[in-house]
Amino acid sequence: MSLLVLVLLPLAGGLLAWALGGRRPAAARWVCLGALAGDLLLLVPRLRGGGWPARVDLPWLPELGIGVRLGLDGLSLPLVLLTLVLGALAVAASWREIETRTGLFHLCLMAVLSGVLGVFLALDLILFYLFWELMLVPMALLLALWGHERRRYATLKFFLFTQAGGLLMLVAIVSRALTGAGVTGRLTFAYEGLLGVPAVVSPWLAFAFFLGLAVKLPAFPLHPWLPDAHTEAPTGGSVVLAGLLLKTGGYAMLRFGVPLFPEAATTFARPAMVLGVAGILYGALAALAQTDVKRLVAYTSVSHMGFVLLGVFSLDDTAWRGVVAQMVCHGLSTGGLFVVAGLLQERLGTRDLRRFGGLWASMPRLGGLALVLALASLGLPGLGNFVAEILILVGTFRVEPVLAAVAAGGLVLSALYSLRLLQRAFHGPFAGGATPADLDLRETAALGASVLLLLWIGLYPRPLLRMSGPVVDTLLTGRGADVEAEASPPAARGEETAARSPVVVHESGHGGRSERDAGGAR
Amino acid sequence: MTGSAGLALLTPLLVLAAGALVVTLAVAVRRHHGATAALTAATFAATAAAAWAGSDRLPVDVGPLFRVSSFGLAIVAVLALAGLAVTGLTHGYLRPEADRREEVYIVLLLAALGAGALVLARHLASLFLGLETLGVGLYVLVASLRERRRSLEAGAKYLVLTGTASAFLAFGAALLFWERGSLDLRELAGGARTPLAVAALLLVVVGLGFKLALAPFHLWTADVYQGAPAPVAAFLAAVSKGAVVGLVVGQLGAAREELALPLAVMAGASMVVGTLLALLQENLKRLLAFSSIAHLGYLLVAYLAGGEHGTVAAGFYLAAYAASVLTAFGAVAALSRPGEEPEEIAAWRGLAWRRPGVAAALALALLSLAGIPLTAGFLAKLWVVTAGLDAALTTLVLLLIATSAAAVYYYLRVVLALFEAPPAPEPLPAGPLAWSTRVTLVLLAATVVVLGVAPGGLLAALAR
Repeated sequence: MSLLVLVLLPLAGGLLAWALGGRRPAAARWVCLGALAGDLLLLVPRLRGGGWPARVDLPWLPELGIGVRLGLDGLSLPLVLLTLVLGALAVAASWREIETRTGLFHLCLMAVLSGVLGVFLALDLILFYLFWELMLVPMALLLALWGHERRRYATLKFFLFTQAGGLLMLVAIVSRALTGAGVTGRLTFAYEGLLGVPAVVSPWLAFAFFLGLAVKLPAFPLHPWLPDAHTEAPTGGSVVLAGLLLKTGGYAMLRFGVPLFPEAATTFARPAMVLGVAGILYGALAALAQTDVKRLVAYTSVSHMGFVLLGVFSLDDTAWRGVVAQMVCHGLSTGGLFVVAGLLQERLGTRDLRRFGGLWASMPRLGGLALVLALASLGLPGLGNFVAEILILVGTFRVEPVLAAVAAGGLVLSALYSLRLLQRAFHGPFAGGATPADLDLRETAALGASVLLLLWIGLYPRPLLRMSGPVVDTLLTGRGADVEAEASPPAARGEETAARSPVVVHESGHGGRSERDAGGAR
Repeated sequence: MTGSAGLALLTPLLVLAAGALVVTLAVAVRRHHGATAALTAATFAATAAAAWAGSDRLPVDVGPLFRVSSFGLAIVAVLALAGLAVTGLTHGYLRPEADRREEVYIVLLLAALGAGALVLARHLASLFLGLETLGVGLYVLVASLRERRRSLEAGAKYLVLTGTASAFLAFGAALLFWERGSLDLRELAGGARTPLAVAALLLVVVGLGFKLALAPFHLWTADVYQGAPAPVAAFLAAVSKGAVVGLVVGQLGAAREELALPLAVMAGASMVVGTLLALLQENLKRLLAFSSIAHLGYLLVAYLAGGEHGTVAAGFYLAAYAASVLTAFGAVAALSRPGEEPEEIAAWRGLAWRRPGVAAALALALLSLAGIPLTAGFLAKLWVVTAGLDAALTTLVLLLIATSAAAVYYYLRVVLALFEAPPAPEPLPAGPLAWSTRVTLVLLAATVVVLGVAPGGLLAALAR
């Protein structure tokens, strides 16, 4: 039951905030932070390696073989933690920005978070689809009600793209379950029930499934909704969109896409990787051409998600570890950068990069934090994104050396756009106008937290990699989700993992040796 | 089965007929709007209860005219509940009107009687009787507010087109009788495929296609929906179409193979045409009318899929669609004033901030029609997709998906308009809602959610 509580607690907090919102907006914000903190507390025993059994299995629609099946394992856990951290960041970022209809805003925000948590925990394909769709409506409301100038257009575009992708995915899910039923004679949408069934699936079905996920990721030619949605959303919405919603696509590829359609994944591997590289380069080039700060950051997301696509379809265990790390680190760094963009807009009344300049003098704290986030985004060693991208590149290099080499070129471009952002905003002559105030304590704390987490992952990635490693291996070898296994990590499994991933050993070389400590540190 | 035992199985229809008589007599003695509405509501509730109670020896033929199956009874129960909802909405809607309010309820009951007879018909004669009772009732209802030009125009239009459809149906029935020597619905299909038999079947399809407003026989829908008073439009969408669907799915299963191709073409055309035309609408009632064409196309996919999945899918889709579309029209009815309905989408702008209840009901209904999870519409669509894929109707399912994705655009446009900042001169001044409207809307919205979360009871009844 605890997993169900984990999913529903943010929603409950959101409802309470809605009730409070009109009269006491500050209370509404604290309630939301409280709900997220409550979720984090629920996870504490889990982080210590014990806690409740990480499964929920309740019947829902037995007629169609649909159940409320949830599971928490080493792949879900980092993303669940990321959801809670970015959720808090989004609440903090909206503290002064959202002053109208505060209650409803927080209800929508928390409903999105509940949906995202559900996606990361669902082990039933229909339940997964349900959460996947469910986060769309509140997200669309966030965009439509509190967005910027072209919010209507952006909302409709966002909803249409993701809904069309989602429906395609639904067809694929149902067909996959029906082919499974053809073998076993019993219709079920249970993830593990389907994994075990060796069903011959048409490649078109798998294509439909991956297409649905690729829209959300987004993969290169399916990205046009992203720049508009990210730019027009309020800061909190951008944080959640870029930091979390994109991750659901990558997560679902690891959890559902490749394991459920293994042959098709092999077939699509090369074209998908080419698209991934195209996304890396296109996103970076497009980011270079932007003058709107939020649009710039949005295009960097396209670029970084190209790395995720590349890594997923390299079908390599090292690259998959990198994908998990990339999802977490990109969430933190891009979420942070969107907060920076939001703060700049709040203080200067514009998102136009050409009208910024010389802000370091008046806002050294913001400048410093933005510097670290931008450096993370360009993949500076010592920050989390470097670990992630290097793992993906190394993994890809074993399979497709040429593509890995081209993708590495994207890193050069990312240095260009990140430094251009910093240079235009914080250096050069001061653009004039009133001197903006620097960050207050709350803002510093919120941004500082994500910077610290990025530093931690960059310097000591072992806990994160150890958490996801075993699950990634089982998913890749097609043995399915081994949800209980990593609760008590056997030493042998750790050795095996390390042996197959030299980079992991290298990265964790300067970390402590005690695995228990590593698990408990977070 | 004949005699009293068979008659007992027709209790739902008998209750409706008796209710219509009682209400007529009551109105003859003394006109009282509230009492008439209450009697009507009680009749519908009793009908639904009788149909829901069912029987364990089904399916049973009752004389040569009717065949009572569990599926049929479940559909009759759904239709009676829809009638109950329409009664509630009508009460609130007609309260400010000056006179001639009570007759509406009598015609409502009679039309519902026709609908019930239609669902349980097993013979072309009873089919025709049911269809005509329903049709005659409907054009009276559509034109019931006869001071309104649009209402009258819609009534006349519906009269002419229903007449045409009935003529097609009657001619088809005659040809079938000539060819096969029987009017039993189960003997419609399966005989020799002579050109005459095929032509006769196609004529029957045209007749029923008009009633269902399937493309290419859909042209009347938008004008009639727009002109009809909102509660009547709700009745038209939920009960009238629901009855024909109940008949087709429950009693005409055998015709599926015979007419697979024309029906598949009609289903595909309805989905595409309905969606494309709905995309262009600025008028909420017309939008709902065109979207109903697409939804009937989805229902036809479930019918074509057949099998256990297909039948349950069609029944569930029908119930889900009825609940959603009643809620949507209910919201329109709730904000109507004499002689004026909030038809234009522009009039709904910012309603969420002035009328949160009505706006929430409309938003829920539209999200359900769009098939968003945790509403009835999602499970219904899931079921239809499952049935369709199970029966290898890949092309139709892909059309369903494509049109559903496009449909999100027009549904969401209205939902977003509800939440926009309200314009300065408020287009819909706030007056208190009638209590009957309020209760009906709450119950309908609850049904949409319950069917989307815990549909077990209805599913059991449909699959019994």
